[in-house]
Amino acid sequence: MTHNSESLLPSAAVAPPPTASAPGRKRSLQQRRARAAWVLVAPALILLFAVAGWPLLRTLFYSFTDAAMDTPEEYNFVGLANYLDFADGERFGVLADPLWWQAVGNTLWFTACSVSLELFFGMLLALLMNEKFRGQGLVRAAILVPWAIPTIVTAKMWGWMFHDQYGVINDLLLRVGLIETPLAWIAEPTLSMWAVVIADVWKTVPFMALMLLAALQMIPSDLYEAARVDGATAWQRFRRITLPLIMPAMIVALIFRVMDALRVFDLIYVLTSNSEATISISGYAREQMVSFQEMGVGSAASVLVFMMVAGIAACFLWINRFSHEGKEARE
Amino acid sequence: MAQLTLEKLNKRYGDAAQVIKAIDLQVNSGEFVVIVGPSGCGKSTLLRMIAGLEDISGGNMYIDGTRVNDDTPSERGIGMVFQSYALYPHMSVYENMAFGLQLAKLPKDEIARRVEQSARILQLEPLLQRRPKDLSGGQRQRVAIGRAIAREPKLFLFDEPLSNLDAALRVQMRMEIAALHRRLKSTIIYVTHDQVEAMTLAQRIVVLNRGNVEQVGTPLELYDHPANEFVAQFIGSPKMNLLPGTLVSSGDTESVVRLWHGKQLTVPIATPASAEGTKVKLGIRPEHIEWGTVADAPYLADVLFVEHMGNETYHYLDSGKLGEPWVVRNSRRSDIAAGETVGYSLPPEHCHLFDESGKAFARRAVGNGASCLPGMDAPPITFAEPARTNVMH
Amino acid sequence: MKLTRQQRELGTKFWIYLAALVVSVICVFPFYNAILTSLRTGQDLFLTSYLPTTFHWENYVSALGENGVGRSLLNSFLVATIAVGICLLVSITAAFALARVRFRGRKYILFTILCVSMFPQVAVLSGMFELVRFLGLYDSIGSLILSYTTFSLPFTVWVLTTFMRSLPVELEEAAIVDGASLWVIITKIFAPIMGPSLVTTGLLAFIGAWNEFMFALTFIISNENRTVPVAIGMLQGTSQYELPWGHIMAASVVVTIPIIVLVLIFQKRIVSGLTAGAVKG
Repeated sequence: MTHNSESLLPSAAVAPPPTASAPGRKRSLQQRRARAAWVLVAPALILLFAVAGWPLLRTLFYSFTDAAMDTPEEYNFVGLANYLDFADGERFGVLADPLWWQAVGNTLWFTACSVSLELFFGMLLALLMNEKFRGQGLVRAAILVPWAIPTIVTAKMWGWMFHDQYGVINDLLLRVGLIETPLAWIAEPTLSMWAVVIADVWKTVPFMALMLLAALQMIPSDLYEAARVDGATAWQRFRRITLPLIMPAMIVALIFRVMDALRVFDLIYVLTSNSEATISISGYAREQMVSFQEMGVGSAASVLVFMMVAGIAACFLWINRFSHEGKEARE
Repeated sequence: MAQLTLEKLNKRYGDAAQVIKAIDLQVNSGEFVVIVGPSGCGKSTLLRMIAGLEDISGGNMYIDGTRVNDDTPSERGIGMVFQSYALYPHMSVYENMAFGLQLAKLPKDEIARRVEQSARILQLEPLLQRRPKDLSGGQRQRVAIGRAIAREPKLFLFDEPLSNLDAALRVQMRMEIAALHRRLKSTIIYVTHDQVEAMTLAQRIVVLNRGNVEQVGTPLELYDHPANEFVAQFIGSPKMNLLPGTLVSSGDTESVVRLWHGKQLTVPIATPASAEGTKVKLGIRPEHIEWGTVADAPYLADVLFVEHMGNETYHYLDSGKLGEPWVVRNSRRSDIAAGETVGYSLPPEHCHLFDESGKAFARRAVGNGASCLPGMDAPPITFAEPARTNVMH
Repeated sequence: MKLTRQQRELGTKFWIYLAALVVSVICVFPFYNAILTSLRTGQDLFLTSYLPTTFHWENYVSALGENGVGRSLLNSFLVATIAVGICLLVSITAAFALARVRFRGRKYILFTILCVSMFPQVAVLSGMFELVRFLGLYDSIGSLILSYTTFSLPFTVWVLTTFMRSLPVELEEAAIVDGASLWVIITKIFAPIMGPSLVTTGLLAFIGAWNEFMFALTFIISNENRTVPVAIGMLQGTSQYELPWGHIMAASVVVTIPIIVLVLIFQKRIVSGLTAGAVKG
């Protein structure tokens, strides 16, 4: 790398020896800075490799073994058996486990539902916060509350609110007359995922709203005034000015949230105790690893989780690249 | 006080085109040189190369005969004033000025002496304990200059220091900078896009365009003897009018030009015989066009519109198919209104002549009778004292 | 009949205030409900009344004392502070280089850091488990300090890099002209100016670490080393089927209030920190 950067300065290398008093060959400012930059990022990179790169590699390694959680030093290589194996005409491994596919379905369903609801409500909330009204500070403080509450506490709080007999949700729905008999939000497989989604949306809409609000506030107000003068309706102003201008920020917020939702674990683990109807891929992997002590199988599932998340992230980045082509070129 | 020499200095980023193309320049000890040019001409890049903030891709740079291409800014011994002032927001004015001296490990009392001295020069003494955010724009500007002075640099570099100030303050700071130079007698290189700043401050101006030096000379040399169309139009406001024509006959003392409308004009400008029959442009500054009566004047034109400045008046004359109107500047008020037809004449002694490539034909001197061809390989002009009179050698 | 301009504006105002009220209630109600529950004991728990009926502080006493939530608070505080402190220390130099110096590979490093920040934690779980065992940190808060770096470090580097980028280039150049080395620029110029940004970034990373569950659940088995989320997640009643909701809610309120107070105090900074990390992503 240094060879290349030195050759960037052909004339400096070719130039005749300067006056006698000149010092010996020195590195240029850029070269010195580039060199120092590596020293400055080195601690972070080394630490990052130690806590992320290395464990990831080891997880990959263990996914090809039959190690158990309590004795990880004793293992045999089993090839791809943890992923998929054929024996006596039957299929084994994570990919042959219906529960894995159930978890994949759950995770994707959870991600799609909660992120799209978040986007919708987040947008409404951002538009509301972008208006000027008295008591705005209070509302802003209020919407930070769900964001600040730890996920586990969120899970417990909503678990209590969803309680089939004494929960507030059923009570309210009964009072309003929407339901006749209390619903078993947590136990009923068809409802439990919705309970998870509702709790998650409640907790993460503020994040989405704040992101979108920041983007909204960057739009110069004279654009709206110009559109008003041109006779654009409120909807047209939103559709033709607001939406295109906040799109980049929206996509970024969306990617963040999708990545976050895909690795969901704690909310489901506590709210619905990893029930079959709600278990996520992360939950599945951890269950194999810790509850069943199957380090090999768990690692294989972890690798699959990683691949799935990475694949979806790659898709997003690929799509996003189109809108950032110019930005990339400048870098 | 130091002498700066640039030798075929150039700059390129990666494989992109050169932004600075083989610049040769010598700045003498104690000289105030202004580098001026339109935005994107590379003037800031050049200044940052001189400062050592930008690597030099090729060529050599010497300060007092020592090659400094690979020296750090502090090793080069420069002081720099930035456009945004770049004061350290978390330090007081005193600390801002002392920071570089502390890094140079100067003794405490020496630091105090230097800071106080530069504070005195710039009348910053009452502000020394304040933070930059508590200062006005002009005060910040002074602190930035003070920080540079305190370092007692060999070379002062100013990067568009006045562009963040409002118009009134800009004039005031301009005079202060000029006074400062008279007092310190230091070598200053000053970058601006504003030709008025260049004209008022510089002992010598370097006109830069697309990474090339178009011309180097004293302000009046550039004004009276622009080397090419670019300099002619860049220096002076409103800019010089350029009238297309053809060179009819050449000569060592006089040449005849047929203007676009067919009329001929004899100008006291030497042209080579080889140029006969080629297209040329006749340049004349707005204040040099003279009014005549419709009956007598050699040329007629319609007035498109009139701008009253109070102390002077600009008339824009219809140039017909040529597009851009001519500008005429009068130092008196005028009751000529838009739509009128006026007669005017082009005094030959004030005309400039440019060949097809835009290069100027040598004019006979105007003013005090000295004759020189600026921008040629003449040795740089030295000044016995930094007074800014109409010095030519 | 056509409404006058004033009437229309009044109508809009009405809807805005109504929406603001609904939003605020939805945001705050679950926490309010938790507080209500935490003040009730015995059969009162099963009242569905929306106003406080009784004020029993026993839940708080037992949550903090018997159930070891007090101890967990201390653990969480230690783990989050140390992990975030290390991350900030390491990231400030890295962020400077990534934001301010052009060098080959910078783009790849930034990309890698962004990728790591999106890692599903479970992907490093077994490798981290091995590392934790190897270092003898299993069932100690050291294991959490180590593992929290996985997600805190990329976050702090990323956010600090965006903050550093927003500082004017000329400031650094002025320091170079003054003869400052990179180290001096970082420690004497950038670090002091970045103070508020460091607080913001640190706070956000702290909240992230405070809330972490998976590593804490996996690497800690003994009660006294648990962090807050696990302590709450594991609160059990006497029988398996009857959860001590009063205790759980009391503990939840206790661990949430410090965070809410922090967030409300640093409201503006947190919002700017959250969006700084993302808007430029």
